[in-house]
Amino acid sequence: MSNVATFDTRTEANIPVESPLAYSYRRSGTPAVTTASRVVLKERALLGHLILRGGAIVLDEALREELGINLPGQPQGLVLDASGERSVQWLSPDEWLIIVPGGEEFELENRLRARLGDAHYSIVNVGGGQTVLELSGEKAREVLMKSVVYDVHPSHFPVGKGVTTVFAKATVIIRRPTEDCWELVVRRSFADYCYRWLLDAGEEYGIGVAK
Amino acid sequence: MFYIYCPYCGEHREEEEFHPKGQAHIVRPKEPESCSDEEWGDYLFFRDNPRGIHHELWVHAVGCRKFFNITRHTVTYEILETYKMGEQPSITAETYAPQSSESEAARVAKQAGVRA
Repeated sequence: MSNVATFDTRTEANIPVESPLAYSYRRSGTPAVTTASRVVLKERALLGHLILRGGAIVLDEALREELGINLPGQPQGLVLDASGERSVQWLSPDEWLIIVPGGEEFELENRLRARLGDAHYSIVNVGGGQTVLELSGEKAREVLMKSVVYDVHPSHFPVGKGVTTVFAKATVIIRRPTEDCWELVVRRSFADYCYRWLLDAGEEYGIGVAK
Repeated sequence: MFYIYCPYCGEHREEEEFHPKGQAHIVRPKEPESCSDEEWGDYLFFRDNPRGIHHELWVHAVGCRKFFNITRHTVTYEILETYKMGEQPSITAETYAPQSSESEAARVAKQAGVRA
């Protein structure tokens, strides 16, 4: 076990927690999802995000033991577990993003630290700094085409790929976990901006916000 | 706009995701204390401004956030190759052979530029 000081960012005390978009819902409203909505936006708030850094071989073994997921070795790789709830994404040759259901991240961090021991690695809980927006519907790709510089055509962006790129001048991680769903991992501080951008860009497709 | 191949991401990305960081392969003097003022000043402040082949340091700022090198032709803006940190370029001003049929004198004139 390493001697790094860790703490659970989720407190025992009953403190009301709001999603990063709580302000945006009040300020910009939430268009209802109707039968005419060809794009649906849904926030997957308060998930557990961990940044894992270190050598691929050591981390791969630890992650397979503790999470049951292989570390994506190829650039732009995204690997999900059978339930689709937990994922590991390649961000850089020595950096990966783990997303697990909210509440699991501290326990996972401790298990990984215990298994990795004195190996050369770093685990940082970034859950408070970013949030996940999910775009689905037949026109989801059209909305992305208007917003990102990256080529999101299915031939270039198959399921199981995730890239960090520019979304409306903001940095975003785009992921494609399933055939008809796109995930945007955005900074918490940019969440309102991205939300309003998506409402504007999706207006012509009757965008609806699911809660 | 450049369409730049990131050697770490393994694919071409838009220039918007990158930042240029100036001349590549600048070696820090091993013993700064024993440098003359002129040597240290050259190391800190003076950079090549060649006409022709230039090796540059770039960072994939929005993507993988890794530094890498680009060999670029400053006249045609053509990116000839990109390679990882620690590697040496395969194309240099000495080995580069342009495809065009211009005269040798014109080619040499274009390759001069300013060397620090």
